Amino acid sequence: MPTQDEIYTKVSATLVEALNVDEEEIRPTSTLQGDLGAESIDFLDIVFRLEREFGIKIPRGELFPESIFQGDPDFVQNGRVTQKGLDELRTRMPFADLGDFEKDPEVTKLSDLFTVELITRYIQGKLSSQ
Amino acid sequence: MRWIWIDRFVAFESGKSARAVKNLSLAEDHFADHFPGYPVMPAALILEGLAQTGGILVGEVNQFKEKVVLAKVPRASFPREAFAGQTLVYDAEILHLRPEGAAVAGRATADGALVAEVEIFFAHLDQNRSQALFGDHNFVFGSEVRYLLGRLASQVSTLASAGTSG
Repeated sequence: MPTQDEIYTKVSATLVEALNVDEEEIRPTSTLQGDLGAESIDFLDIVFRLEREFGIKIPRGELFPESIFQGDPDFVQNGRVTQKGLDELRTRMPFADLGDFEKDPEVTKLSDLFTVELITRYIQGKLSSQ
Repeated sequence: MRWIWIDRFVAFESGKSARAVKNLSLAEDHFADHFPGYPVMPAALILEGLAQTGGILVGEVNQFKEKVVLAKVPRASFPREAFAGQTLVYDAEILHLRPEGAAVAGRATADGALVAEVEIFFAHLDQNRSQALFGDHNFVFGSEVRYLLGRLASQVSTLASAGTSG
């Protein structure tokens, strides 16, 4: 089982390839969309590369749940994620750090949850459960 | 103008790899301008040929029911030029394939020398959305693709019968 640092280094290398960014641009807290410029199609590319790099299977929607809240008023009201929505997030993405988001759960900030750290934690969980 | 940038498949292993050839003729319009007196195959068209080789390879897995579209080219290098009069050999290999899309590695050589090395990412257009937009017609794979595959199929059966009769 690789250490967290080793996983982080490999995740960074994967993002360098998938997003064509410089390694120096990548920090643990970098957000994929905001900081690293990922677009929707890049997420599938990242999933493919992580699977190859770590020899794991990432089922559709597990790492990047697709439109988890789309059209469900139980989860989103007035542009903000409801308590029920936060619970759903916690269940679907136990590897996400909801800390800051919980304080101000604006839907538009959801994409900021997807950081380099989040991927590293996800892979760590995945590898340890193998 | 027909937008088909491969002439013939010479090998095809379903779901794995494909090899196509493209003969570069000085009669092709683009050589007049790219460049006058120096007929170099534009790198973008080499990429297109590799994308067509790889796209057909990916499409064939699902009998061309999916609309396979080029989504991104994460990596492409063109170490040397290819000229009118040469034959390009396009090799495509599926790196990854799943219901949402596929990643393909592509290489092009001319007279044995590497002229392009790329990675191409294909997405399957969302079936619900694309049906609403385009109906049942698969605009990605038209009659030219069927011609190419038909030719490949007849070639394979000729080879097979030659092998058994000999």
